[in-house]
Amino acid sequence: MDAADVPQEGNATHEGQRRAVYARDAEGHLGLVLSRGWQVEEIVTRQAVETFDELAAAALVGVRTGERSPLEYHMYRARMDVSLLAQATGLWRWRVRRHLRPAVFARLSPVLRARYAAALDMDAARLSEAG
Amino acid sequence: MAASASAASFAHRQASHCESGVMSAMVCHHGLPLSEPMAFGLGSALAFAYLPFIKLSGLPLVSYRMPPGAIIRGLQKPLHFSMRTETFRRSEAGVARLDELLDAGRVVGLQVSVFWLPFMPPDFRFHFNAHNLIAYGRDETSGDYLLSDPVLEAPVRCASADLAKARFARGVLAPKGLIYYPASPPREPDWKKALPAAIKKTVRIMIHTPLPIIGVRGIERVARAFERLPVADPAAAKRYIGHLVRMQEEIGTGGGGFRFMYAAFLEEAAPLAGRPALAELAAELVDIGDGWREFALATARMIRDRDPLEPGRLAALLRAQAGREKTFFAALGKAVK
Repeated sequence: MDAADVPQEGNATHEGQRRAVYARDAEGHLGLVLSRGWQVEEIVTRQAVETFDELAAAALVGVRTGERSPLEYHMYRARMDVSLLAQATGLWRWRVRRHLRPAVFARLSPVLRARYAAALDMDAARLSEAG
Repeated sequence: MAASASAASFAHRQASHCESGVMSAMVCHHGLPLSEPMAFGLGSALAFAYLPFIKLSGLPLVSYRMPPGAIIRGLQKPLHFSMRTETFRRSEAGVARLDELLDAGRVVGLQVSVFWLPFMPPDFRFHFNAHNLIAYGRDETSGDYLLSDPVLEAPVRCASADLAKARFARGVLAPKGLIYYPASPPREPDWKKALPAAIKKTVRIMIHTPLPIIGVRGIERVARAFERLPVADPAAAKRYIGHLVRMQEEIGTGGGGFRFMYAAFLEEAAPLAGRPALAELAAELVDIGDGWREFALATARMIRDRDPLEPGRLAALLRAQAGREKTFFAALGKAVK
């Protein structure tokens, strides 16, 4: 990549930060060039963000109809999945999966609630709220 | 600014990748000028790995470089010094130890999770646990850490509680509060020996690893996975192909899946090692890096429906890349014989 070809398309996900990449200058030597961002990067980053946003939105609909627990909504909002939430809380995956069921979640002990709240970095009292 | 003494002499420098940037800055701080590409190449950090049994949000781990920590460890031998690394079971102990080192005027490398760093743009904050940055002091009044994150333009500050969370995040590649710093000052290597040795190691990894998921064969394996993607579920297929590009371009690589940085290393290495052939090979590797960028562009166009979704076409691009890299690394191996 030549220095003149370093993308300066502006990448909204960078929030104005410039990133450094290596590119060839006019004499053919490689050095650092600051980039305002590349559309391709923005597309793949947004794709990853949107995947979690969609999962959270779907969970929220489920919470309203009583089919999903608020815990599932909070999990996706924190960009986690079941295995990551299990690792973050130190619980077995099957337990986390079980706790995602609304009926089980409603009976969750204060100790477990505190554990989830800590892993998701939120107030335990707000764990039952969604939206 | 009421910062401790160590902050005064440390210079932030922007880099294209976190670990090579941290090690370059740290070695420079201890008196030996070392560029980022040199840290990357001398640490034999270039690679390709496809690890389908390790999942990140359900997608396989794909890496265009060696595992985290490879540069930190890999520089010890060529630069004749040793790195002290410490991990902690309890976060309180980790915080106390970091504060103690900073109070003593040390510049300390840290492994952190990106998700818990408030200064990162929100779209970047994923649960990626192997980010590296440098702590070089604390603000005496607020207790905020003074951090130098090599992928950012300027140094930043971070509240103590936030940094503790980032250091003790759990999950894949959990940092366990890892801190590292030189136990002795680095010394200038014998370039004529150290450079060929480091390059040979990279060649070995890329074309001679007896595992079909590492190096050039790993690229071919990913191509095969692309060909088998479910056409019936375009959203899942798009997530998969997009993930590969995100690992290549966005996770602190400086573009081209680290190939441009390794080219910069070869260019710098050529006169030091007394092997002019390396400079010619650097130019070839830039072309290969451009090939990776074309692959990324083709992928992004399919994700956004500007082109029809054809994972098979991307697989063909990947196979072409694998073929070019195979030839390239064989030539590189010959050049350092």
